[in-house]
Amino acid sequence: MTDIERLQYDVVVIGAGGAGLRAAIEARLQGKKTAIISKSLFGKAHTVMAEGGAAAAMGNANPNDNWQVHYRDTMRGGKFLNNWRMAELHAKEAPERIWELEAWGALFDRTKDGKISQRNFGGHEYPRLAHVGDRTGLELIRTCQQKIVALQQEDHKEFGDYDARLRVFAETTVTRLLKDEQGRICGAFGYIRETGKFVVFEAPAVVLATGGIGKSFKVTSNSWEYTGDGHALALLAGASLINMEFVQFHPTGMVWPPSVKGILVTESVRGDGGVLKNSDDKRFMFEYIPEVFKDKYATTEEEADGWYEDPDNNRRPPELLPRDEVARAINSEVKAGRGSPHGGVFLDIASRLKPEQIIKRLPSMHHQFKELADVDITAEPMEVGPTCHYVMGGVEVDPDTAAALVPGLFAAGEVSGGMHGSNRLGGNSLSDLLVFGRRAGLGASEYASATTVSVPESEIEAAMAEALEPYEREAGENPYTVHQELQQTMNDLVGIIRREDELEQAIEALGKLRERVQNVAVAPSAGASPKEGQGPAYHPGWHLALDLRNMMIVSECVARAALERQESRGGHTRDDYPKMSADWRKVNLVCRVRDGVVELKRQDMEPMREDLLSLFELDELQKYLTEGELPAEEKN
Amino acid sequence: MGYKAKFRVWRGDAGEGELKDYTVEVNEGEVVLDVIHRLQATEAQDLAVRWNCKAGKCGSCSAEINGRPRLMCMTRMSTFAEDETVTVTPMRTFPVIRDLVTDVSYNYEKAREVPSFDGGDVKPGEFRMQQVDVERSQEFRKCIECFLCNNTCHVIRDHEENKEHFSGPRFLMRVAELEMHPADVADRRQIAQDEFGLGYCNITKCCTEVCPEHIKITDNALIPMKERVVGRRYDPLVWLGSKIGIVKRDKETPKA
Ligand SMILES: Cc1cc2nc3c(=O)[nH]c(=O)nc-3n(C[C@H](O)[C@H](O)[C@H](O)COP(=O)(O)OP(=O)(O)OC[C@H]3O[C@@H](n4cnc5c(N)ncnc54)[C@H](O)[C@@H]3O)c2cc1C
Ligand code: SF4
Ligand code: SF4
Ligand code: FES
Repeated sequence: MTDIERLQYDVVVIGAGGAGLRAAIEARLQGKKTAIISKSLFGKAHTVMAEGGAAAAMGNANPNDNWQVHYRDTMRGGKFLNNWRMAELHAKEAPERIWELEAWGALFDRTKDGKISQRNFGGHEYPRLAHVGDRTGLELIRTCQQKIVALQQEDHKEFGDYDARLRVFAETTVTRLLKDEQGRICGAFGYIRETGKFVVFEAPAVVLATGGIGKSFKVTSNSWEYTGDGHALALLAGASLINMEFVQFHPTGMVWPPSVKGILVTESVRGDGGVLKNSDDKRFMFEYIPEVFKDKYATTEEEADGWYEDPDNNRRPPELLPRDEVARAINSEVKAGRGSPHGGVFLDIASRLKPEQIIKRLPSMHHQFKELADVDITAEPMEVGPTCHYVMGGVEVDPDTAAALVPGLFAAGEVSGGMHGSNRLGGNSLSDLLVFGRRAGLGASEYASATTVSVPESEIEAAMAEALEPYEREAGENPYTVHQELQQTMNDLVGIIRREDELEQAIEALGKLRERVQNVAVAPSAGASPKEGQGPAYHPGWHLALDLRNMMIVSECVARAALERQESRGGHTRDDYPKMSADWRKVNLVCRVRDGVVELKRQDMEPMREDLLSLFELDELQKYLTEGELPAEEKN
Repeated sequence: MGYKAKFRVWRGDAGEGELKDYTVEVNEGEVVLDVIHRLQATEAQDLAVRWNCKAGKCGSCSAEINGRPRLMCMTRMSTFAEDETVTVTPMRTFPVIRDLVTDVSYNYEKAREVPSFDGGDVKPGEFRMQQVDVERSQEFRKCIECFLCNNTCHVIRDHEENKEHFSGPRFLMRVAELEMHPADVADRRQIAQDEFGLGYCNITKCCTEVCPEHIKITDNALIPMKERVVGRRYDPLVWLGSKIGIVKRDKETPKA
C-alpha cells in the first residue's frame, strides 16, 4: 500500500477543458497549490472541438445587446427550466471572461472598428458569439493552456520549479473521489495511463470539470472522454444530479460515410446563411415554428433572407430556432420519407455564399467534408441529421460558488447542471465554462483555506480493489461488446423521441447490461506481466472496462428521469406526452445513488426573483408559468 | 463493399517491439483510426493508441502511416489500394511508451521556455486590433499541436543531441506568432536565435509539408523570423508594425 504515490494539494481540478483550466487558473491566482488532472494530453480536451463561438453580450456587433437580452434568450432557450441565478450570473459575467482571454493573448476575429467580432447563432436575438473562424474552442483552450504556462513561468522564476504551485497531470484518470469520516471530500484516486500506476491526490477541495456523457450513445459528436465520469463520481460520493432527462441532440451531424456519422456540422453554417432543405428541395423549417416562437421568426423566405442584412426590420430565419426544435423537425422530415439519400436532410451553403466566403468563414467545415466525405461544400449541399451532443443535466450546484451538496466538492462546465435548463443555446457552453470555471476555482479556494483533511487508508484500499477487478478477473466478457450494446440501447430507446414502453424496456435492458459490466474482463498486455498493486500500462481495454461503470450509472439516470417526466420540453421529447406543461416546469428531477441504486425524486424549483421576472412581458410568461407563478400585480 | 485489409502495426514498449501483421475488415468511408479501433475491439484489446476527437481537431492521433507522418483520423482507407499493406508505426522522433503512443513531453518542455504573451498596459476589453493585423498570428494559432512537424524536422528526427538546443518548428512558430501579435510588446528575436535554435533550420519546408492544418510554417513563420533576427530593415512586418503604431520594448525578453 505504501508504494502508492500520494500528493498533497489545496485544490484538485479534475478536467482540463475550458471549465477545468479556468478553475485551476483561478485557484492558482488565489494562491492555492493546484493540480489539474486530465484523461488526455494537456490542450486536447473536448473543448478543442467547439467550433461556433462563445456567447457574451458585449454589444460589439449590435449595441442594443446587453445582459438582460442574453438572459432572456437563455431562459427561453431552456424553456424556463434554467436555474435563473446561474443564467443571470452567466449573462452578466460572460463579457468580462471573454475580454480577459484577450488579455491573455487570444486572437478573436475583429469588427471593422477593431473590437471582437460577434456572429449570429440559433436562439440569440443579436449577433453575440465571439469567434475565431470555426475553431473557437481551440482558441479558448490554447489561450487558457498558455495562461497556465505563463503562471508556471512566474513560479519558475520565484521557486525554480515550474510545477511549484500549478501542476498538470496529463493522461491520468480519476476513478473515485475520496471521503473522510466526517463525510467530506478529502481527495481523489486515479491511475496514470502511461504506467498503470495508481496515485492518490489528498486535497480538501475537488472541482469536477469532466464534461459530458455522449459516449453512452451510438451517434454522437462527442469523443471517448465523454463517459460521464464526473457525473458518476459525484453520485458515488453522495452528491446529486439534476435535469438528466435533458440531452441535446444537435440537429446537424454528418450522416455519411458511416464511420464519421455523428461528427458535428457547426451551427455557424446556418448562422452564416445556410438553409435546410428536404428531398423536394423545400425549406421545410417554415412548417415547424412552434407557438411560443411564432412572433419571433420569419414566415416567408424573403423575410428570412432579409434578416441577415437588416435584422431590425425582418424576423429571423426559422433555421435558427433553438436546437431541439430543428432536430425534431429534421427527424420528422426523414420519417415522412423526405430525407436525403443517407437518411438526413440537406444543408445548403453552396448556393448562399461565394466559395471564397465559405472557405474564409467555415474553413474547418470545408476541410472536414472534403477530407472525410469527398463533398465540396462550396459546390454541393451537405447531408446532415441529429447527433447526441450535450447533456444539460449534471451535478446540482450552488450558483454562486459552484459547490455541490457534498462538502469540498465543486462542479463547473458541462458536468454541472441547471444553467441551461431543458435546452442549451449554441455558444452558451463556452461562456458557461469560463464564468463558472472561475467561480468554482474561487469557491474551492475559499473552502480549502478553512479546511484540512486526511485520507483514510480504507478508502484507498477500496478504490484500488475496484480498479483492479476487471484486470484480475480470470474470464469474462469483452468490454467493447458491452459498450456497443449500451450505445445501441440508449440510441434506440432513450434517443431523441421517447415513449413510455420504450423507456421501460430501456431500464430493463440497462439492468441486464449492468450485470454484464460487473463481469467484464481484460487480459494483460501482450508481453507484459501483471505487477502487484498496479494496473497495466496504457491498456485501452482496461480503461474502457473502468469507464463502463460510469456510463452505466449515468445512462440509468437519463432513462429513469426520462420515464418520470411526462411532458415534452427542450431536450426531452415524449411521443406520448407531446405538450409542454406549466406544472412540470416547476419540477426538477434529482438523481442520487444509495447503496449502488439510482434513486429519483422530484424537487420544486425556486421561483424566479421579481426583478428578473419583470424582464419578460406577461403574455410570454403565460406561455410557460402556472397561474400562481405570474407576477402578483398583473394577475387576473 | 467491405474488404479485408492487411495491416502491419508496431507493437511493443520502450524496450523492444516488432511489426505485427493483422488482417482486418474495412468498410466504406473509413479512416486508419477506425481500423485500429476495430483491432482493439476484436483481437488486440490492449493496442495502445492516442486519440480524442476523431475529426482532425485535437492533434492526438499522430503516427507514421507507410512511413509518412500523418493523423490517423484523417487518413482515409480509400487512399490505399485494397491489396496494399498498410504499415502503422509510432512517431519516430519521440520515445515510444507503448505501441503507437509516444512520449511527447519534449514538446511541452519547449513550450514552457517561450516567454508568454505580454499585452503591456492595455486593460481587458480595451484591445483594438484590425482583422488584417490579427490574421498572421491567427494562421499559426490554427495549430492543433499534433507535433508532426517536430517529428519530421531533420534537425531532431535522428539527432537526439540537438533536442536540447532546438525547439522545433512548432515552437519557433509560436515565437513568430507572438512576435507578429499586434498587441504583444515583448521581443523574443534574440532568444529565438540563441536559445531556441532558429539557426539550425535550413528552410527545407518538410515541416510545412506534413502539417495537417496546412499552415505555411516555413514561409510565413520561420523565414520571416530569420529576417527579423538579421535586421529590422529587411523585415516588411516590422515596417507594418510601425505603421500601425506598435511599439516594441527595447529590452530583449529573456528565456522563461
Ligand atoms: C463538436 C462540438 C462542437 C461544439 N461547439 C460549441 C460551440 O461552438 N460553442 C459552445 O458554447 N459549445 C460548443 N460545444 C459544447 C462545448 O464544447 C462543451 O460543452 C464544452 O467544451 C465542455 O467543456 P468542459 O470544460 O466542461 O469539459 P471538456 O472540455 O470536455 O473537458 C473534460 C475534461 O475532463 C477530463 N476528464 C473526464 N473524466 C475524467 C476522469 N475520470 N479523470 C480525469 N480527467 C477526466 C477530460 O480528460 C477533459 O480534460 C461543442 C461540443 C462539441 C462536441
Ligand atoms: S523548414 Fe526548418 S524547421 Fe521546418 S523541417 Fe526544415 S529545418 Fe526543420
Ligand atoms: S504546426 Fe501543424 S504540424 Fe506542427 S504541431 Fe501544429 S498542426 Fe501539427
Ligand atoms: S483524434 Fe483528434 S486529431 Fe485525430
